[in-house]
Amino acid sequence: MDYTTFLWTTAGAFLTLCIFSFLYKDNPFYKFAEHLFAGLSAGYFAMILWHNGLIPKLMYARLDDGNWYLLWLDSSKPWYLIPALLGILMWARFSKKYQWVSRFPLAMYIGIGAGMAIPLEMRARVNEQLSAMMRSIDWSHFFGTNGFNLLDTMSGLSQSIVFIGAICGLVYFFFSKAHTGVFGGMAKFGIWILMIGFGASFGFTVMARVSLFINRMQFLDQRWIKPAIAPSAPWWYELVLYFVAAVVVAYAAWELAVFLRRKKNPETNQVI
Amino acid sequence: MNIFERLMQLDRRWVFLLLAIVCVITYASSFEVPILVEPEVRSIFQFIDTLPKGSVVFVPMDYDPGSMAELHPMTYAIVEQCWRKEFKVLITALSQNGPGMADQAIREIVDSLKVPKTYNGVSYPAREIVNGVDYAFLGYKPYPAIVILGMGQNFRLPFPLDYYGTPLDSLPMMRDIQNYSDIACAINISGTNATDYWISYGQGRFGFPLAIGVTGVSTAQYYPYLGSRQIFGIMGGMLGAAEYEELADNAGNAKDAMRVQLSAHLVIIAFVIMGNVGFFATMRKRKRGLAEGGR
Repeated sequence: MDYTTFLWTTAGAFLTLCIFSFLYKDNPFYKFAEHLFAGLSAGYFAMILWHNGLIPKLMYARLDDGNWYLLWLDSSKPWYLIPALLGILMWARFSKKYQWVSRFPLAMYIGIGAGMAIPLEMRARVNEQLSAMMRSIDWSHFFGTNGFNLLDTMSGLSQSIVFIGAICGLVYFFFSKAHTGVFGGMAKFGIWILMIGFGASFGFTVMARVSLFINRMQFLDQRWIKPAIAPSAPWWYELVLYFVAAVVVAYAAWELAVFLRRKKNPETNQVI
Repeated sequence: MNIFERLMQLDRRWVFLLLAIVCVITYASSFEVPILVEPEVRSIFQFIDTLPKGSVVFVPMDYDPGSMAELHPMTYAIVEQCWRKEFKVLITALSQNGPGMADQAIREIVDSLKVPKTYNGVSYPAREIVNGVDYAFLGYKPYPAIVILGMGQNFRLPFPLDYYGTPLDSLPMMRDIQNYSDIACAINISGTNATDYWISYGQGRFGFPLAIGVTGVSTAQYYPYLGSRQIFGIMGGMLGAAEYEELADNAGNAKDAMRVQLSAHLVIIAFVIMGNVGFFATMRKRKRGLAEGGR
């Protein structure tokens, strides 16, 4: 690993540890890393939009293509002036007097979005889902399409659970009739189905959060510690590693000292 | 104060500390966890594995570094499998902070192809992967829904140039590729709601075979699309990635992380049980306290 890559990786490792320090409590290291992340993301996004949206669409500087240019606008595509003007009108929101002008591009944007989305979303999220729910049950593969498998999402059993669960879930949200008798039983089953869904989401979420932590461990181990202590690495790589470790240990010791002092003498419980 | 009351007042930082200690110890150990492959992951592997040589696989990498923990292993396993089997790979990155990360991932996978390897008993020679011949990286354009619809007409509409600034018509691989009708399948790996767009505006409008790899947080919400056959496979979070690595016989970071996941889950389950025991054991006292307060 060359020294520039190592130094950037060290910065990444240090910022990782800064972010994790929030698990103990809010602190200046965390604040620094948080603000750096927010600023970098915003700046990077702005530049990505500039180079991938505005420059190629409006200001693509192909001056040798025989077209004339007005304020860098490509004359071979004069209709690009319309969205460019609409985009400029958006900025009218900053003026109290003329902010009504910004409603034109917003109306256009929402109109196009709705016109594009409604038929396709209706088809993909409503019609297809309804059709799948009402498909005839596959009795020949009731307990699994490839042998016995109760978790097979394509099995007849799964289709039955989806159908009954969807009906009962909808019944739970039907408030025009009291949830009593058979109707109440269906609503209760519906809420159980919803809870199972929420439970599955929660389980996956836990896995996702642990995955992030594991990934950071893998980063620290594979991309920072191992290259730094490798026999082929320059001597100062290891020194940098120990320096960052010393900063972490010093901060932890300082926090521990503050904690013990407060425990010993609760009256001096001031914020430091 | 009895043990249950102490349990209910346990500082959450003890939970974090114990979890961190367990994760670090398990990470440092070397035992392997058996991985049970689900049919929804197997179907993706089998679909790709049975494609003829020269097929075009579209891999939209719609995630940013915040999701790389779960999604990078999927990308690495799938793209390497495609290149080992001599497919062409078309890549986009429709998440604003993702193009640089995607470019780095492509370079790393290209490097891993430079050594011969054996997967599932089949030996693959070393390959030199060439930009424009074996793959095309189109990069990022804002508004995924519009970009997805545009690519359905022609990839050149939203992407006249690739990520590196080369016109698409100059790339040998792109000469025969106009739109989705020229791809064998799309494997959308996403950490954003771009997956919704791929299902509604991509597969829903143009009907190409679509499979998805998503973060754990959003996995459960996409299972209905599997049942309705709008997607032919789904990889959920790091477990989905580990299952794919298991199938591809290409152990990577996801499979390596499964032992840590197992131990972390056991700790969390133990804390959930302890929390519930403490809650129910102190419920009577809390009710009594409320009743006395009400008098």
